[in-house]
Amino acid sequence: MKRLSLSQAFWFLLRRDLLLAFRNRSEMANPLLFFVLVITLFPLAIGAEPNLLARIAPGIIWVAALLASMLSLDGIFRSDFDDGTLEQMLLSAHPVPVLVLAKVTAHWLVTGLPLLLVAPLLAMMLGLDEDAYGILLLTILLGTPVLSLIGSIGVALTVGLRKGGIILSLLVLPLYVPVLIFSSSAIDVAASGLPATAQISMMLAFLFLALSLSPVATAAALKMSMS
Amino acid sequence: MFKWFVKWFHRMGSPPHFYRFAGSWLPWLTVVFTVLTVAGLYGGLVLAPPDYQQGESYRIIFIHVPAAWMSMFIYMVMASCGIIVLVWRMKLAEVVLICSAPIGASFTFLALVTGSLWGKPMWGTYWVWDARLTSELILLFLYLGVIGLYGAIDEKRVAGRAVAILAIVGMINIPIIHYSVEWWNSLHQGATVTKMDKPSIHWTMLVPLLLMALSFKVYFIISLFQRVRAELLHRERNSRWVEELFRS
Amino acid sequence: MSALLQTRDLCCVKDDRVLFEGMNLALKAGQILLVEGKNGSGKTSLLRILTGLSLPESGDVLWQGRPISEVGADYYEQVNYVGHHDGIKRDLTCLENLRLVQAMGKPLPIDLDDALEKVNLYRFGDNYVATLSAGQKRRLALARLVVTEAQLWIMDEPFTSLDKASMAMFQEMFEQHLEKGGVIVLTSHHDIEMPQSDVVRLNLSE
Repeated sequence: MKRLSLSQAFWFLLRRDLLLAFRNRSEMANPLLFFVLVITLFPLAIGAEPNLLARIAPGIIWVAALLASMLSLDGIFRSDFDDGTLEQMLLSAHPVPVLVLAKVTAHWLVTGLPLLLVAPLLAMMLGLDEDAYGILLLTILLGTPVLSLIGSIGVALTVGLRKGGIILSLLVLPLYVPVLIFSSSAIDVAASGLPATAQISMMLAFLFLALSLSPVATAAALKMSMS
Repeated sequence: MFKWFVKWFHRMGSPPHFYRFAGSWLPWLTVVFTVLTVAGLYGGLVLAPPDYQQGESYRIIFIHVPAAWMSMFIYMVMASCGIIVLVWRMKLAEVVLICSAPIGASFTFLALVTGSLWGKPMWGTYWVWDARLTSELILLFLYLGVIGLYGAIDEKRVAGRAVAILAIVGMINIPIIHYSVEWWNSLHQGATVTKMDKPSIHWTMLVPLLLMALSFKVYFIISLFQRVRAELLHRERNSRWVEELFRS
Repeated sequence: MSALLQTRDLCCVKDDRVLFEGMNLALKAGQILLVEGKNGSGKTSLLRILTGLSLPESGDVLWQGRPISEVGADYYEQVNYVGHHDGIKRDLTCLENLRLVQAMGKPLPIDLDDALEKVNLYRFGDNYVATLSAGQKRRLALARLVVTEAQLWIMDEPFTSLDKASMAMFQEMFEQHLEKGGVIVLTSHHDIEMPQSDVVRLNLSE
């Protein structure tokens, strides 16, 4: 029997990770819950004045998304590292970056995509201008995969460490800055009724750049972590 | 020519050879550094005329600008070492990479401090979210990430490869971060005071500035050599050449 | 017949300590290499270098005369590695785990229920791995030898938490593999008796 083709291996691993996530579905809600909680803290801290909240809503939503994504990152490789399946993945006959991409995609589908569901609700609670809802969803759709992809490099570098958590945030958050800038600015611009084409195109560019480069870096980092 | 270079490259890669080479160059470099610094500071603080807008306070650029240049330059050195580490697995490149990080972080910190000191007379506060200061701050975080990651991994050969990957990833991201921040700044701040109109700078200011830039580069090499020598001794403490060095 | 798996001047350094150097091994088809040595003598390091997971300080591992870094995927296809970790997922059933193993390697046309029977896990196919005992998990980990086609088996303490009967069963499986022209590298604290096979011993403590 021949080994699976590359796309078959990709889909197989993606399905496996989704199945595993589904079997641990109680954990799936955690990033989402964190996202909502952080945003709830802001009106409590700075007061519930509608104009102010509407003004800072894009920034708050995206900072919370950044933190939620970062907290969930560790899950990409942690359990596979602990039980040795990661080792077997690196020894597989398939190119590791493709397998990495499958795992990151699964992780994003489970932790990044659900933010789409609650974001409009939170935007409404913060009084964000209704014209900006479409762009808000679009930035989450384009931005969160970039966060997962960049984050996977950081996790791969720290997965072997006993105290990787704080180091991980130090490695990953500075690299998140461009996504934060362009996504919140896109929402900002859209809220004031202007087109956000420039920002959205930049985010598309980030997404393609991250898609092409980060799996390679992650694979190299995983090999390093396993040796 | 190429053959000669390859041979030289390999010889430099051997720790005992580099140890001796760096040791013999240190005194000369120190002399060059002293001359450059004295000349640069004299030119900048005494000879150069005061600025017609900013008076005397602009003179901090003779430290601030070269430090900011160094902060970028050293990260580039680190990323280049990173490539050498990953491709040729050269031990010396690992050591140079990790020894550069604290020096780069210090220059970045210096650029931040001098920048905010300069900001006080210019903008009336120590900190404004100016594009260059902000990217410099993020660069500092990138440096601290490299140092932190290296410290967290016990096996040093593995740590060397980890920071090599991180330095290369950082290098690809630095221009993106830099231009994002610049673009963000133009959007939120309106026109801030441009710090320096580079093309129109007078030569009496330019010459000391370049002298200081050179002197900082030489300082980097001196500091790097010393750190690399110490790190090599530590890493190779069980090898024969270190033993012989301390017996004699 | 030329050697399948070779090492050339292999040197391994961990934490500034030379574990072994100038190691030249050559294994032909049908040979089994038993790596022996005290704790910390570099058995696991050697095995991981042979798989390509770790890099040696210097030297090369050769597969059919070519360095494994050059052979790449075609080498990994030929290797089955069973390490300290079982490499199976707790939250998947035995069958799901075996399917994953097949997807990552070069699958053999074997019914997975038969494969489970071969490692004495018949009827456990739909059980979650989390419910298995340590010995059963180990047997499932070793089932990767049955469901994928690889010429080189590298195993780190494969008999951990196995009982006598299971050990005998796997030793028989090893002998069959060697007869078919396979190569095995393994470390074990247990005495291994394979009278019919061509056993090479390597002691790292000496």
